[in-house]
Amino acid sequence: MTPVLRDTGTVFLRESLPSLRSPWGLLFGMLQPLVFLLLFGPLLSGVPGLPSESGWQWFVPAILIMLALFGTTGTGYVLLTEMQTGSHERMLVTPMNRSAMLVGRSLKDVTELLVQGVLICAVMVPFGFRIYPAGAVAGFLLLAVVGVAMGALSYALAIACRRHHEMFYMVQQSVLFPLLFLSGMMLPLDMGPGWMQTAGRLNPLTPIVEAMRALFAGRVADAVVLRGWIVAVAIAVIGVAFGTRGMRHSNT
Amino acid sequence: MYRMLYGTLYDLVSRAGEEGVKVIHASGLTRTFKVKDEVVAAVTGVDLDVAEGELVAFLGPNGAGKSTTLRMLTTLLAPTAGSALVAGRDIRTDPAGVRRRIGFIGQGNGAGHYQRVRDELVIQGYAYGLRRRDAHRRADALLATLHLDGMRNREASTLSGGQRRRLDIALGLVHRPPLLFLDEPSTGLDPQNRANLWDHVLEVRRQFGTTIFLTTHYLEEADSMAERVIIIDHGRVIADDTPEALKAGLAGDRIGVTLDAVADTARATELAKLVTGVGDITVDGASVTLRAPGGTAVLPAYLRALDEAHLPVVTAEVARPTLDDVFLSLTGRSLREDAGGDAGSALAEVAA
Repeated sequence: MTPVLRDTGTVFLRESLPSLRSPWGLLFGMLQPLVFLLLFGPLLSGVPGLPSESGWQWFVPAILIMLALFGTTGTGYVLLTEMQTGSHERMLVTPMNRSAMLVGRSLKDVTELLVQGVLICAVMVPFGFRIYPAGAVAGFLLLAVVGVAMGALSYALAIACRRHHEMFYMVQQSVLFPLLFLSGMMLPLDMGPGWMQTAGRLNPLTPIVEAMRALFAGRVADAVVLRGWIVAVAIAVIGVAFGTRGMRHSNT
Repeated sequence: MYRMLYGTLYDLVSRAGEEGVKVIHASGLTRTFKVKDEVVAAVTGVDLDVAEGELVAFLGPNGAGKSTTLRMLTTLLAPTAGSALVAGRDIRTDPAGVRRRIGFIGQGNGAGHYQRVRDELVIQGYAYGLRRRDAHRRADALLATLHLDGMRNREASTLSGGQRRRLDIALGLVHRPPLLFLDEPSTGLDPQNRANLWDHVLEVRRQFGTTIFLTTHYLEEADSMAERVIIIDHGRVIADDTPEALKAGLAGDRIGVTLDAVADTARATELAKLVTGVGDITVDGASVTLRAPGGTAVLPAYLRALDEAHLPVVTAEVARPTLDDVFLSLTGRSLREDAGGDAGSALAEVAA
């Protein structure tokens, strides 16, 4: 094994251990999306403009993206805490590769995201959520790319906020909520005023949400899927570039 | 008892070290920071040489540049100018090589809050390239050595301050580094835990001959534990010697005598000059204080002279100089001044 792979494995193992030791934390992280599914989802049945067969087919894919947004971007906060307590510094003095520190953490984020995503889909099947195998597999792959992007961006944000701890959640929340509502994740934007529809079209999350919906409806070859992939990969590349750059400068 | 033991050991090692290997060789280490468009020098032209097996304390007030220097030597911070070889590797061109050969115990706590104690030790072993079996064995050995056996499955956040510090030491020792850096290792610990920490550090040194370089602002700690003290102030090294030599060479002992009558102090001052041959004498009320090397011998002679001159003495004392006296005589400031002293010294610098 090359040193970088080995180091990535080491970081991945370290980050995964707390979840493996007490898996309840993992379930706790699913609470927010489940609350949205069970307490917001039923309201959608009366909303005009939704695909009639099942509201879940429309809503569950969006909730998976929401999990990536709010769950995965929270991992930056763990890094922020470790930068303040000294455990990140302790890692930086080991001979481990700097990029491996980011990649290993991201891998753990993605694994956790996928486990939670699969669980959520499984929970929703008895409620009438249909699984289209090929679409679901492709959907989870897309979700993984979104997870890498969000995780890396969140690390970059954490490193940028290392002297102003309180800024992390302020920035995270004030970026995520507008992105959330302007992506048509919760309600279709067609119902909103014109400016909202324009903002929605400019929102990079919108094509990703549309692609997820197409995939979980079994439309694997749809053009929106390709568009979603392109945007997701682009955000991931940008995120990882920022994150790696941050990790190299995280000791000053 | 430790001191005696290590004293002997040190003599052996340092003699070998004289011809032997320099574990740290730094020249002209400089680091500047930009603060609001102004360039502030944290460390200016620091030269350092530390031989194998030495225990060196880096002493200075808050903000003197101790940690900045340490962070450069441990590759956490790139120097603005100057160079350093640490454990035979260049901190600029081969930081990874330096990292493989040193241990670093920082000011903070190294273990993650949600991590279990033993997990962190095993992972630290992996981080230094140990194989699975070795990492597990090493973790168990360190848990035993540092009396953390009962804590192996506890989350690090549930440990007490002293236990956490012991875990930090264990983490720093996983790969048996020949050179160990400690940044303010005992800050925030109560006296008992501080003594306990030192027992562990000295034990490690006894077993493995580890070279130890630490920063501290505890004078007593530097005085009693280190064989060599390097004093830094405003980013510059201002003294570098054994604590004994620093104290003997710079400050001398403080001899204090209180006379029965204030009127006698003038004669007593003259006599003091005759006895000691030095002029460092201060008078405060009926008390006369003089500074001279070899105070324990000077005091009886001085008392005899006072007696012969029929000047009655009420109290007499000799105080050995402290490193604070050394710092005071070098800088005109006391090291004991806390954060307030920092602002004061900054002002003094501006005024100068």
